Amino acid sequence: MTVEEIFETMAYGPAPEDARPALDWLARHKARFGHFIDGAHTPPGKGFKSCNPATGETLARLTQATRADVDTAVAAARKAGPDWAGASGHDRARALYALARLMQKHSRLLAVLETLDNGKPIRESRDIDIPLAIRHFYYHAGLARLMETELPDAAPVGVCGQIIPWNFPLLMLAWKIAPALATGNTVVLKPAEYTSLTALLFAEICEQAGLPGGVVNIVTGDGAVGQMIVTHPGIDKIAFTGSTSVGRQIRQATAGSGKALTLELGGKSPYVVFDDADIDSAVEGLVDSIWFNQGQVCCAGSRLLVQEGIAGRFYDRLKARMDGLRIGDPLDKCVDVGAIVDPVQLRAITRMVSEGGAEGDVHHARAPLPEGGCFYPPTLITGLHPAARLMQEEIFGPVLVSATFRTPAEAVALANNSRYGLAASVWTESVNLALDIAPKLAAGVVWVNASNLFDAAAPFGGVRESGFGREGGWEGLAAYTRPKGEAGPLERVAPVAGTPVAAPQDSIDRTAKLYIGGRQVRPDGGYSIPVLSPRQRLLGHVAHANRKDVRGAVEAAVNARGWAGKSGHARAQVLYYIAENLSARADEFARRINAMTGGNDGGREVDAAIRRLFTYGAWADKYDGRAYGVPIRGVALAMNEPVGVIGALCADEVPLLGLVSVMAPAMAMGNRCVLVASQPWPLAAADFCQVLETSDVPAGVVNILTGDHAELAGTLADHMEVDAVWSFSSSDLSGEVERRSAASLKRTWVNHARARDWFGPAGEGHVFLAQATEIKTIWVPYGE
Amino acid sequence: MHIKGKPITAATGETAGAAEATPMAGDHLPRNPGMALDRAWVSSVRINTSAVERRVTALPGRRSVKKDHQAAWLLRAITCVDLTTLSGDDTAERVRRLCAKARQPVRADLLDALGMPAITTGAVCVYHDMIGAATAALSGSGIPVAVVSAGFPAGLSPFRLRLAEIEDSVQAGAQEIDIVISRRHVLTGDWQALHDEVAAFRRTCGDAHLKAILATGELGTLRNVARASLVSMMAGADFIKTSTGKESVNATLPVTLVMLRAIRDYHERTGHYVGYKPAGGLSTAKQALQYLALIKDELGDRWLRPDLLRIGASSLLGDIERQLEHHVTGRYSAARRHPMG
Repeated sequence: MTVEEIFETMAYGPAPEDARPALDWLARHKARFGHFIDGAHTPPGKGFKSCNPATGETLARLTQATRADVDTAVAAARKAGPDWAGASGHDRARALYALARLMQKHSRLLAVLETLDNGKPIRESRDIDIPLAIRHFYYHAGLARLMETELPDAAPVGVCGQIIPWNFPLLMLAWKIAPALATGNTVVLKPAEYTSLTALLFAEICEQAGLPGGVVNIVTGDGAVGQMIVTHPGIDKIAFTGSTSVGRQIRQATAGSGKALTLELGGKSPYVVFDDADIDSAVEGLVDSIWFNQGQVCCAGSRLLVQEGIAGRFYDRLKARMDGLRIGDPLDKCVDVGAIVDPVQLRAITRMVSEGGAEGDVHHARAPLPEGGCFYPPTLITGLHPAARLMQEEIFGPVLVSATFRTPAEAVALANNSRYGLAASVWTESVNLALDIAPKLAAGVVWVNASNLFDAAAPFGGVRESGFGREGGWEGLAAYTRPKGEAGPLERVAPVAGTPVAAPQDSIDRTAKLYIGGRQVRPDGGYSIPVLSPRQRLLGHVAHANRKDVRGAVEAAVNARGWAGKSGHARAQVLYYIAENLSARADEFARRINAMTGGNDGGREVDAAIRRLFTYGAWADKYDGRAYGVPIRGVALAMNEPVGVIGALCADEVPLLGLVSVMAPAMAMGNRCVLVASQPWPLAAADFCQVLETSDVPAGVVNILTGDHAELAGTLADHMEVDAVWSFSSSDLSGEVERRSAASLKRTWVNHARARDWFGPAGEGHVFLAQATEIKTIWVPYGE
Repeated sequence: MHIKGKPITAATGETAGAAEATPMAGDHLPRNPGMALDRAWVSSVRINTSAVERRVTALPGRRSVKKDHQAAWLLRAITCVDLTTLSGDDTAERVRRLCAKARQPVRADLLDALGMPAITTGAVCVYHDMIGAATAALSGSGIPVAVVSAGFPAGLSPFRLRLAEIEDSVQAGAQEIDIVISRRHVLTGDWQALHDEVAAFRRTCGDAHLKAILATGELGTLRNVARASLVSMMAGADFIKTSTGKESVNATLPVTLVMLRAIRDYHERTGHYVGYKPAGGLSTAKQALQYLALIKDELGDRWLRPDLLRIGASSLLGDIERQLEHHVTGRYSAARRHPMG
């Protein structure tokens, strides 16, 4: 085309980024790569090809890790661990700083290599992925420096197995490696098999930074290698980002192993547009939301919910905007939408839309697609019902589905009508509406009048089946630290068995019942369990709860959702009132405890329980979130929200203190709970119901069951309405709870048969509060 | 890169849907007749400043125009320039020199090398007293004379004098009248007064085209920019223009985006075409390419022609000339190699 012709058409032309430096780098390695283990590159072995999805050309041959490779990598990480953990915060900060600086020096090489390997537009790798990755290392260099003084009781977890996805290869590497290293862990990381190249370049950067051998190990390969890492006995923690189905398998595979686990999984994030939004900006926001990285983004705003009155105009403008998107060579600096990562993914997207699209109206962007390569047009599907498969299932491609709503309440209901809970966007110019809706959305991240904003300082992660754990900010460090010191083994406290030697001495026979929905109720099964003293004297009977009682208790807890809306002050009042009423009956409780345990510690335990109630009465209005100074004109609020319904198997060995120690933090943070009392010594819990009844505890906020821990743990872990299960039982139920929680991916907190000093500092405080809350990060850009 | 079946050309690379609805380039467009003030529409305008800023901040990374395309785009930018002198020390000879530059903004040897026929700037923009010199100097060139009027730049002289000034300028041969709106009407939300004012200016212009300068740097918020844009269009402005060049902040990309979207909104609802003129603050070839890309993406190709796009500038042309010489020779150029205006 001549200049004169272009002058007439005003067309865009090609604006290619030069791929040569990245191709030269591959050539220097003869396009063959091994692993990076113990500070050295292993010779290339048998493996697989890494391709450029935009052209189908092979970029390099990578090595499939063997079990021996993984063993060597884990051994190297384990060997490097003590020195790295023992290094000063300053020394670790210097190492992370060096990594950040070196990544910055090689930033364009990293960006071009990423685009070649993944297919994302160079604009995104150059302007978003790589700068965010670098920022992550800078930020965590700072946290490494501050950890000694700010988190004096935190120790590294140990060797971290990290498995990352193909959609943000280097950025997800940074999200995993930076916090792990900052807190003194060593890592074995497996990049996705489609996109390992930038991780291998990062390995060279680790060498250039002088990182001690074995601190970072990178092994390549497919899911089989991931499985070796997940099940490796030498690994202390698994961090995974990827699909919900694989996350669920990992939850099952690690259950009971004692490995810590964080999962960042899929989503079907709502993008809610109210009629008072800046419509043009909301349309543009979708370009950054669902057409960012070809929609292959776990937190993509893939479910558009638009207020009915503006829907027609909104869709018209959206379609016009879609038609203007430029799809093509990802290395072109004038391209909006690049290539889908792999033909397999392209087929999956194509199939889902062709099968499910007919339930609505499908609009493909009227923009030319390149021939060859993995390309899929930006797509909008309107008129879908909530039941439509495409409204529920993650497509992981440039496909936006949409429905309309009438009222804010309906918007929230539709938005939350999902198994997922990763992110959400809210568009309105009303500050009242935005700040009302944001807390009501079931999501770990909410963007007000924005989408896909990220920063190392702002915690990121999901709720529900989008996973658990947070990455970024101070909160992200929790995933890579544990309290200092080793807990001893927990002895099983078995119920006293045998034939009672005497009848109870109480003048009138008392019937201990279950406490469900604020009422004392008889157990569904109609059975009771005798409670014997160590000398086999019959102390009384408690109700034998079964799965239907769990169902009833959970239902009561679900219905008590109003508790979450009470102010911290109001919740504190209830906790103090419980303490007051318990105090009035302190002697009776002490006698009861002593009678059951045969000891004389009852008075001390009651006193500790009263103090604990005061502790959480104090915390109820003080465990606040943070306002993070993210690099926008605006603020990211990390808000502590209640987890929801918490099921807990209470400690056996301290029948009253164990129950109060989980109930009080749960209540203080606005949760409702279903508590299974100490199995051998349940009478104190049964008596405690009367205290609750007289303490203004709203019905359903606390529900107490008595019975067999092993019998009830599975039902709680299975229950889809239970958001978290904690187990402090002396029966070893940790594996069972973790395994059966996989179905709903609920949070678990289990003791792995380790003892806890319920009377000491380990029995209360931050760790309980953190477990009783979910962090929601709300991004609020502002400015008129 | 190919479309399935046929090669992608610049023409097929365009968005087919938009092209169908848009008159062909070069078609003579009817003037915007304006409409009664629609208060509900004006008050429904919402602008989210942060989102607008994100869009324009990302733009330079999203859109890149290189080599022959860049040269062609820069030549197009030149044809949209209102070559401007608005100084207290302007003289007839100074204006004649400017007009000569407007007739031949790029060295002939560069145009030959680019295979381009002769081009001119979009207009020459002067004060009223220079109309005579300008019309004489531009005689036969087809280049219109634009005149700033109506108490420019403050717009605070008596209303009847402002109308009289327009009348005089039109009579003296001005084909385009750039007026500045009363900012106080925007700042106090007196949309009726603003509509009345601009409508009166438009009536007085007769056949001359009216460019309404919003003085966006003095409107306080982007929402005010959007509302003032709409009201000016409702009152019959042929163009909406950002600034006089005398405010401390002149054309910016966020303001541009808001005004472009207002033009699009007005076009969607009424079918009328209104032009856009950024002025002041646009002085480099690189900026010009960004503005063109934003207009192309938000409004469409039809708005990339001088009947719907003007760029008020004095130093921009010099930078574009140097870029064009670099494109032709591969060597970075110097200002002294290009005739001054």
